[in-house]
Amino acid sequence: MTEIALEQPATVGDPSKILRRGARLDSLFRGATRVTAMLVFLAVLSILIMLVIGASPALEKFGFGFLFSTAWNPVTEDFGALVAIFGTLVTSAIALLIAVPVSFGIAIFITQLAPEWLKRPIGTAIELLAAIPSIIYGMWGLFVLAPLFADHAQPWITEHLGEWPVIGALFQGPPMGIGMFTAGLILAIMIIPFIAAVMRDVFEVVPPVLKESAYGLGATTWEVVWNIVLPYTRVGVVGGIMLGLGRALGETMAVTFVIGNAQQISPSLFMPGSTISSALANEFNEAVGEMYTSSLVALGLILFIITFIVLALARLLLMRLSEREGTHS
Amino acid sequence: MSYIYLRRRLLNAFNLTISVLATIFGLFWLVWLLWTLLSNGLPWLNLQVFTQITPPPGSAGGLSNAIVGSLIMTAIGVALGTPVGILAGTYLSEFGRASRLAPIVRFVNDILLSAPSIIIGVFVYEVMVVRMGHFSAWAGSFALSLIMLPVVVRTTENMLRLVPDSMREAAAALGAPQWKVITMVVYRAARAGMLTGVMLGLARISGETAPLLFTALNNQFASTNLSQPIANLPVVIFQFAMSPYDDWHHLAWAGALLITFTILILNILARILLRTRKTSQ
Repeated sequence: MTEIALEQPATVGDPSKILRRGARLDSLFRGATRVTAMLVFLAVLSILIMLVIGASPALEKFGFGFLFSTAWNPVTEDFGALVAIFGTLVTSAIALLIAVPVSFGIAIFITQLAPEWLKRPIGTAIELLAAIPSIIYGMWGLFVLAPLFADHAQPWITEHLGEWPVIGALFQGPPMGIGMFTAGLILAIMIIPFIAAVMRDVFEVVPPVLKESAYGLGATTWEVVWNIVLPYTRVGVVGGIMLGLGRALGETMAVTFVIGNAQQISPSLFMPGSTISSALANEFNEAVGEMYTSSLVALGLILFIITFIVLALARLLLMRLSEREGTHS
Repeated sequence: MSYIYLRRRLLNAFNLTISVLATIFGLFWLVWLLWTLLSNGLPWLNLQVFTQITPPPGSAGGLSNAIVGSLIMTAIGVALGTPVGILAGTYLSEFGRASRLAPIVRFVNDILLSAPSIIIGVFVYEVMVVRMGHFSAWAGSFALSLIMLPVVVRTTENMLRLVPDSMREAAAALGAPQWKVITMVVYRAARAGMLTGVMLGLARISGETAPLLFTALNNQFASTNLSQPIANLPVVIFQFAMSPYDDWHHLAWAGALLITFTILILNILARILLRTRKTSQ
């Protein structure tokens, strides 16, 4: 960084020429970066446009009813998105229910409890969970987790919780191991690193003086976390959760392996189902006929719109936190 | 009074214990996953895996064509995604500071970064596979480059912003035009960080399966023809794992082990690179 290789300056040739050359290259370079920045924008725009074009035959035929129809019949070419939307939302909800408290615990441990030398290795290890490809989660879920779950956990849960009023219906069904609950559990493991990373980062921006004042008044570590850190970073925490939700909604391969791919809506979490992404992964290549393909693309469009809204909200919340942080410092 | 005090202490101890348990819970899955991969993949990871092509069920074979296909598509994906990503990141950090385009691009880039990869697959299917009439390695590479692009844009911008403005001003004061300031001063200062971005992008696309399902598809045979379907590790793993054949399962585990450890090594290298850079400053 110390040696800055500039060409031999003005002594060679006409200075104004060199200046003009510099200015020309400047505008060229600026133009090139600008065009590539536009490319990013155009890429997302054309994704949206292509999805709309691809989905239009199905949307024209089924209209808004597509969103609320449980039909999925390639033979009669009658399609609806409700089953896939239901599966997507339920698995993501299960994932959030598990991942949010765990991520919160991890973030507290890393920012408030862990000794300095342990912070980085633990943080890195948790982040590596996010680096493992989703197909590996899927294989592991199908061959390792699902059989274990079917043999040990599921019969016990069905026996003990299945009898309860109202929520008992959630835990009934044959112990197959695969199904919406398993998919949700794997999704939870996959999004923990994303949520934990955001929580850890926002917890670290809390001004030490705030925490120290609370400690000075005699607050316990938990009270500091609950009454000082969390309220201060609330917006950012919600942003992080939304980011994780965005991931869970669109996750494909891991879910495809373990959800069972059944076109049905079942009250029990232990029954197989289907999500938008798993339907796409399973059926897109085999779809014959315009209406079938178009309906699948329409599913993709719905997924893109849902994740777009969730991610936009997440960004907005995280931006608001960093703005506030800016006014504080 | 002492009762309240005791209760607060107990609540504190209880919740902090839960927090430690949550961390162990998170690490537990990582260890379990890696252990599963090692115990199932290592016995089948031999020379054959690298030298022979994917077999029909029941006969011996390896993954060589899938490995080659993955390497080719990943390389093209990186070659397409990196320059565009670096230039776009440069725009966001250097030229677009006061423009109206920059915040939009930044936001859209974040959307692309988190967009479900299967959507990218559907998109590339619609624009390339349908138009060309068949699946191809080009389509797969293009899908991968689209997934890599936002990672590179994001890290490039962040890393360039870490370069202090005084360095830019010093170079400009010596009479260097802006392109020279950026390529010779700013890039040089942020080199390690930008390389980290490329490595993280590479790690991200190495394991991507969903976008390849509808673009590169798969190929039973060894092929390096870029306008034809091409075998690739993720899709082969998917297909073999979903099959009922034991020997295909073994190959799938060997491939899974290969892919995961490549990605983990890339990730750890990227982190080390970033850390040495930070401490050297």
